[in-house]
Formats: sequence, C-alpha cells, structure tokens
Amino acid sequence: MYVSPQREPLIKGEKDYATITNDVTAPMAGKPGKYWFMGITISTTAFLLGGVATFFTVWFGIGTWGLNKTIGWGWGITNFVWWVGIGHAGTFISAILLLFRQKWRTSINRSAEAMTLMAVACAGFFPLIHMGRLLVGFFIFPYPNTRDVWVNFNSPLLWDVFAITTYFFVSLLFWYVGLIPDLGTIRDRAKKVWQKKIYGFLSFGWVGSARHWSRHESLSLILAGLAAPLVLSVHSIVSMDFATSVIPGWHTTIFPPYFVSGAVFSGFAMVLTLLIIARKTMNLEEYITIGHIESMNKIIIATGSIVGIAYLTELFVAWYSGVEYEQYAFLNRATGPYWWAYTIMMTCNVITPQLFWFRKIRRSLVATFIISIFVNIGMWFERFVIVVTSLHRDFLPSSWTMYKPTLVEVGLYVGTIGLFFTLFLLFVRVFPVIAISEVKSVLKTSGEKKK
Amino acid sequence: MKEITKYISAYYLDEEDLLSGIKKMQENNVKVLDAFTPFPVHGLDKVLGIRRSWLPRVGFIGGTIGALTGFFFQMWVFTEGYQMNIGGKPLLAIPSFIPVTFESAVLFAAFSMVFAFLFRSRLGLGAENKIYDVKSTDNHFVVVAGYEENKSDDVKEKMEAAGATIIEVKE
Repeated sequence: MYVSPQREPLIKGEKDYATITNDVTAPMAGKPGKYWFMGITISTTAFLLGGVATFFTVWFGIGTWGLNKTIGWGWGITNFVWWVGIGHAGTFISAILLLFRQKWRTSINRSAEAMTLMAVACAGFFPLIHMGRLLVGFFIFPYPNTRDVWVNFNSPLLWDVFAITTYFFVSLLFWYVGLIPDLGTIRDRAKKVWQKKIYGFLSFGWVGSARHWSRHESLSLILAGLAAPLVLSVHSIVSMDFATSVIPGWHTTIFPPYFVSGAVFSGFAMVLTLLIIARKTMNLEEYITIGHIESMNKIIIATGSIVGIAYLTELFVAWYSGVEYEQYAFLNRATGPYWWAYTIMMTCNVITPQLFWFRKIRRSLVATFIISIFVNIGMWFERFVIVVTSLHRDFLPSSWTMYKPTLVEVGLYVGTIGLFFTLFLLFVRVFPVIAISEVKSVLKTSGEKKK
Repeated sequence: MKEITKYISAYYLDEEDLLSGIKKMQENNVKVLDAFTPFPVHGLDKVLGIRRSWLPRVGFIGGTIGALTGFFFQMWVFTEGYQMNIGGKPLLAIPSFIPVTFESAVLFAAFSMVFAFLFRSRLGLGAENKIYDVKSTDNHFVVVAGYEENKSDDVKEKMEAAGATIIEVKE
C-alpha cells in the first residue's frame, strides 16, 4: 500500500506540554546575555541619533531635508511606505494563515505581530514629522474645532490616517488578546513577587477556564476575519496616495495589488532576518525549524514573483498606452540618472528571490538570511524609485532636478531602525516570543511524536 | 462561573483523557463545574454544555454601528458641516467614502468584541480571578467540582474511575 510521506514535524524533539512552557519562558527568568546587551546598545544609539535628527527637523524646519520644489516627497515617504509594508507580514501570518488553518504559523505569529506594531509605529512617525510642525499633527483627525473646518474625506491621504490608525489598534488588540493566556502562564511560573504582580496585572486575571477559552477562540477567529481584509485595505490605501494622483509613474490601476504583495514580500523578509537571529540566540531552533523558514521562503517567492510581474506589467502598459509622458517616466526610471536605484530594485526583488526555487537554498540558513536582507534593501529601493524618479523630471523641463538626502534625513531613517530593534529586543525580554498556548495546541498533531 | 471556596479538583495530563473523563464523571452524577486547561480543547464546550458565544453577534452589531457612523458622518461633513467645492463635483461623493466607512466598521467591531469578551469573562487590567490551580496554565488539565454539590463519599472513587491522576479537596 502506498503511504504518503508525512510532513516534517513543526516542533522538533521529544516534548510535552511542560517542556514547551519551560523552553519559552526560560529567557524571561534568566539574565540577558552579552549579545542582547550589545544589540540594545547599538539600537538605542541609533535611536538617539534619530532623536537628534528629529530635533534638527523640528527646530530648523523641513528645510534641513534635501527636498525641493520638484521633489516634495523624498526619504520621508519612502521610509513610511517601507515600514508600513514590513508590518504586513505579522497580520498576514496571524490572520490570513489562521483562516487558512496553517499550523506552522503558531511558532512565528507572536513575534511577527509584535513586529507589525513596531513597524507601524516607525511608519507613523514619518508623515507626522513630514508635516514640519509636529505640534499641529492632530489636525489630521476630524475633531470639532472653533474654525468649523473638517478634514477632507475625499483625500487618500486622509484615508491613510484612518487605515493606519485602525490597523495599529486592531493589530494591538489581536496581539494582546493572544498574549493574555501566555501572560497567565508566566504569572504562574514567576518566582519573584514583583514579577508575579506585574504579570498578574498584565494577564487580566486569566485562569484558562473552559468558558474563557470558548469565547477566546471565537474572538480570535472573528478578529482574524476582520484583520484579513483590513491588512489588504491598508496597503491598498497607501498605494492610492500615489495612484489617485495624475503623475506619470504613479497613476496606475495595478498599484493596490502590487503594493499589497510587495508589502507581504518585504514583511516576510524582515521576519526572516529577525527570526533567524532570534531562534539562534534564544535557543528556539526546535520551535522555529528549517521547515518554518522554508514555508516563509515559499511565500517570499510567491509574492516576489507577483511583484516582478507587476514591474513588467507597468513597463508593458507604459509602452502599450501610447502616452508619451507615461513612456518617458518609465524609460527615465530604467535608464535615467537614477538607473542604479532601478537596477538595485530589479536585482534584489526579482532576481535573487528566484533562487528560492532550489530546495537547498530555501532550506539554507545563510542563504535565506542574505537573500532576506537583499529583499529588505530591494523593497526600500522600490519605494525610492516610485517616489523620486516619478517626481524628479516633471512636466516642465526647467524644473527638472535631482534629489539627495541630507544627514538629517539619514539620521531619521537610522533612528527608526534603532527604535524598531530597541522595541524588539525589549519585547523578547519581557514577553513570550512564541505563542505558548497555540504551540501546545498543535503539539499532538505536528510534534515529533505524532502517530 | 461563580466563585466557590471549597472544591474538589481532578487532574489529567492529556486532553483526550480529560474529555472522556468528564463524560464519565457526568454519567456517574458528579456535578462538574468547570475545566481549566493550558490551551483550548476542542469539544470541551460541548461536554460542559457551554453555549456558543455571542461575540460574533456583538462584532456584527459593533461593525454595523461603525459603518453607519463612518458613512453618515462623512455625509454630514460634506453636505452640511464643511462644504468643499472640488471642481464642481457633487458634494456627496459616495465612492470616496468607502475606505473610511470600511475602516471605521472594522475598528468599531474589533473594539466592541474585545471589550465584550473582557467584560463577559470578567477579565481586565488588574482583575483577580480565583486561580484554582497554577498547574492549569502549564501542563495539567484540571476539572473542578464544587464540594457542597458533591458531598457524597463516593465522588473520589467516581473521579478515579474516570481516569483522573490526582484528586484533591481544596479550600
């Protein structure tokens, strides 16, 4: 009789429920290692650098940036879109993969969701500081005011405000609701009184009653059902910031699906970059296995190929449309003064991820790590290419110009990277990186001992 | 579940034993109050007779309120509150209201469901529910039965017959 090959186990090693609890809560009980201190020193330094750059921007104004009257959106918007995109993997893993009943998500969803929150926080910073006057940032929200002015609901920039705000809060709720049972587990394991107090406070009094679990299950499922279309809407709306304008290179109907798949693509790359390091330094190799990494690589190749097709479609439609402005925009992108940015984008997003068709490369840690960093770089350049090359040669040749970021802009970008890693390093210290209860629930069917 | 001071708890190490154990206890007229588990056990709500949660309905109502609020607020702003003439286009531009309507529906639905969940389960910042056993958040599946309701002497035997590993009376 033919016996179909079994899937490789999601959790390696001879484990029972107690070992899972111990393995995941161990890093929280012990003292952090020297790598952690090194990491937090570097990332807080970067973060402080961003603080200095923020000070310069606020004190001297937006003139400290390299923007000019032709190129009004430079690194600021590039970084904003990049960070929002990175956030998408978390919700994709926790919501869409939950609806598709993908069990391998259980080992990675917690940290990916945390990355979503941190990335969205980094993203939200850029439009705010781009306003130049941070103090009136709240003007973007519709609130009754003495001037009797309301916001413009016709503008995609305002839709963005709603989309990003909703996305942040729904992700936060989803993440925290999933954390509650695990915080209860930590509270019951904590040895020190103050730890017990704090985790008891944060665990919302969770006791694991069957009634609570029943509600928790239906809550998670419906929240996933809500978050799935939400995550698709967020980057669609971000893409409309560009697509609803009449700038050649931006005015494209394929932008929403193209941006969404690009977002998932870059998000998974960032998840891989971080988890390959985290699994090693936190001894979680048996939970985040090569199988998990391979599954993520498969998503990278799927979304990366969609992105590649989108690039080619843009070129084809530019030619096929017969509009000379559209044709020039794309010719200039590929062969103009920013050809190098276009080349980096094409290489890192379209060519190198195709290496994942080989099983050996898909399952190699070193190769995955390098390619994931390539994707991070490539996706940043994609946004740079879209923002800057579409703007720098506008309708009036006398306004044609080039754009170069100043140190202040670089500092702001470095600062958000520092913030992201600082928050992530703090997260791995105080919260369980792996969803304990969810991993326990798949242990029987996907553990090493399964029949 | 109402809090009780004196109770009998029975322990299992496996979720399938727990399910069959509770069924056996119930057949022998042991009144089981609740079960505490480290992760959601499928089929447990059926065995304990827990009704299906109303949370999806709360979410639907919250989402509907959110969508209506979002839509009618935008409508009001454009037709009454602050009329903006954009190239002579109609003030009531319904297609461009869709994104904000959708986002507010999702936002309202998510918040109403989470708050309903916390309220209904008596969970919240600093809430202190009785912890029947700390092992239930680790690797034990704990069945709790009220002492007063199960006063007869043979309860212990009945629980043992149902395959429970440890049986304790606690206060």
